[in-house]
Amino acid sequence: MIKVAVVGLGKMGISHLGIIRPHKDVEVAAICDSTGYLLDILSKYTGLRTYTDYTKMLDEVELDAVIIATPSRAHITMVTAALEKGIHVFCEKPFTLNGEESKNLANLVVEKGLVNQVGYHYRFVGAFREVKRLLDAGAIGEVSHVMAEAYGPVVLKPKGSTWRTQRSEGGGCLYDYAAHPINLINWYFGMPHSVGGSVLGKIFSRDTDDEVYSTLYFDDGKTAQLSVNWSDESYRKMSTKITVWGTKGRIYADRQEVQLYAREKAGLPDGYNAGWNVRYTTDLTKEVDFYIRGEEYSAQLDYFVRAIKEKSKDNINDFVSAAYTDRVISMLIADAEAGPKDMSGVIAQRAAPQRKRFSLFAR
Amino acid sequence: MDKLLFGDNQFFGVNHMSEEKARAQSMRFQDIGAVIDVLDAAYDEGIKTFMCTTHDRIGLVVEHMRANPTRYADYVFYPGMPYAHKYANAVTEEGPLGALKKFMPSDGLIDAAMRGGMSLARKDVEGIGTLLIDAEMKMFQGMNTPVIFVQNVVTDLILGLGFNEAFRIFANHIRNRYGAEPGFITMNTPKLVPVLEELGIENPIICSNINKIGFRMSGGIKAYEQTLKSHRFRAIAMSVFASGALKPDEAIKWICDQPNIESIVFGASSRANIRNTRELVDKYWKTPATV
Repeated sequence: MIKVAVVGLGKMGISHLGIIRPHKDVEVAAICDSTGYLLDILSKYTGLRTYTDYTKMLDEVELDAVIIATPSRAHITMVTAALEKGIHVFCEKPFTLNGEESKNLANLVVEKGLVNQVGYHYRFVGAFREVKRLLDAGAIGEVSHVMAEAYGPVVLKPKGSTWRTQRSEGGGCLYDYAAHPINLINWYFGMPHSVGGSVLGKIFSRDTDDEVYSTLYFDDGKTAQLSVNWSDESYRKMSTKITVWGTKGRIYADRQEVQLYAREKAGLPDGYNAGWNVRYTTDLTKEVDFYIRGEEYSAQLDYFVRAIKEKSKDNINDFVSAAYTDRVISMLIADAEAGPKDMSGVIAQRAAPQRKRFSLFAR
Repeated sequence: MDKLLFGDNQFFGVNHMSEEKARAQSMRFQDIGAVIDVLDAAYDEGIKTFMCTTHDRIGLVVEHMRANPTRYADYVFYPGMPYAHKYANAVTEEGPLGALKKFMPSDGLIDAAMRGGMSLARKDVEGIGTLLIDAEMKMFQGMNTPVIFVQNVVTDLILGLGFNEAFRIFANHIRNRYGAEPGFITMNTPKLVPVLEELGIENPIICSNINKIGFRMSGGIKAYEQTLKSHRFRAIAMSVFASGALKPDEAIKWICDQPNIESIVFGASSRANIRNTRELVDKYWKTPATV
């Protein structure tokens, strides 16, 4: 049995605990949270060993792995402490709040040779996996542009202060929502060399963002656009979608389905034809052993457990990949803080270069 | 229980196949009159049990039925609680404890408010749980609710955490306070059944996905077949069409061949589809779907 501890019992931590405890190869050896209330209830009714002090838990409990679901600001010290003790780590997203710190952790984990995974569960959604398969097969030829979107109803009015309302703690639409489509873009197309036109807009929040827009530029000339808003009540729950345009067709995908329009049959995987192809989640999703809220949540933890069991070095959601996403997030913040470029001078120069000093709008 | 129960996913933009279709349904059923029209069509086809969430809009349906007692004299509700997104969004906003506080009764009866506050302070799960159940059941006052369900996300979270006592609290409260049968919606029937047996919850009503392609039948279709054959519980099959992946005839024929299934819950948006499903069940089930 693999001995696991779950740390941070908010929405994600509770969900991970509920999924991992029934796993046939896992024994939950301890749970840890800074607030005692829920911990006391769980201790009383589930018999789990509880800790409010993470360091004490690491010292006292013999662990193979830890699942960390605390606010992102706490990740770096918690992940480091676990790695130093030789414990495999599954960490919630976003990995850290600083692309450089993420890179350091990624280097450390490689050095230690431990299994490492970050909770970007969309990489375990059948439809988004199928997109990856289609792109790798060259189903739509040379990709020129990607649209990555996420919308949902999280913040619909101004409200009090929790870690989720503070960007400095890892709260906000960028970290909570936009990280997912960014991570999918990284998975499909790697790292952009730069970003532009980034907007981190506030709708209701005071200390963080509610909407995120940006353009990502890649070495080969392809571009990606990001459009994310977590203050959109017209969606029942978070909805993430990807559209990819290529020389030989177009792919659209969300959690439920993949639609491929292919201009020609050559190069398509088996079962696909020229013209419209639709694949639904019912075809694309493998059943799991235990289900709480979506196969992908169970599948990612099962993948983590199997990687430990089989001593696998591969992980499609390893710290390195998450560090890419954190780096893009850092780029977006820097770009948004720099603000829009005032192009009026350039326009004036183009229109009448000899008179640019007298331009009405020049600064 | 009737052979056929009417579900409500279609009314709330829940569609496991397509987000576009889900949105179209949200638009169509924005007006509660459109929901009631479909429920009437089902009723006129002889389907008189509505298995529904505790979404606020269901309250409007209940009000309509209360206002027309002769038309709906023999109408039956099977409420399923809680409407999970309400809680999930609150947990994101305010954390688990904040969300609990939000849904505990704070107005109205001073007694309830006191009980709520005391239960929270004492970490008294029974007190907290039963108050939340009562809050969810308020909208069904005076209606016939012979079976009351706990929704799958809650059932399965409790099951996963090993918080088994919560099942006992739920079952006792539903029996004692509402004189109803407790029902459990789950995506993990093979794991849930032995736990309920061990708790002494006898012959429980369990609703889960059961379909020919094994869609969302966690643990595998074989484990479900085994559980249906060798355990004593009252099974309701949902998602028998696997969100539209199966043709109706094929889906119903298969489900009617499975052992020990007592009812099928299905959703539809038109009288033609409702009738089609009823006729298929009449054709393949050993006894008629409706009488």
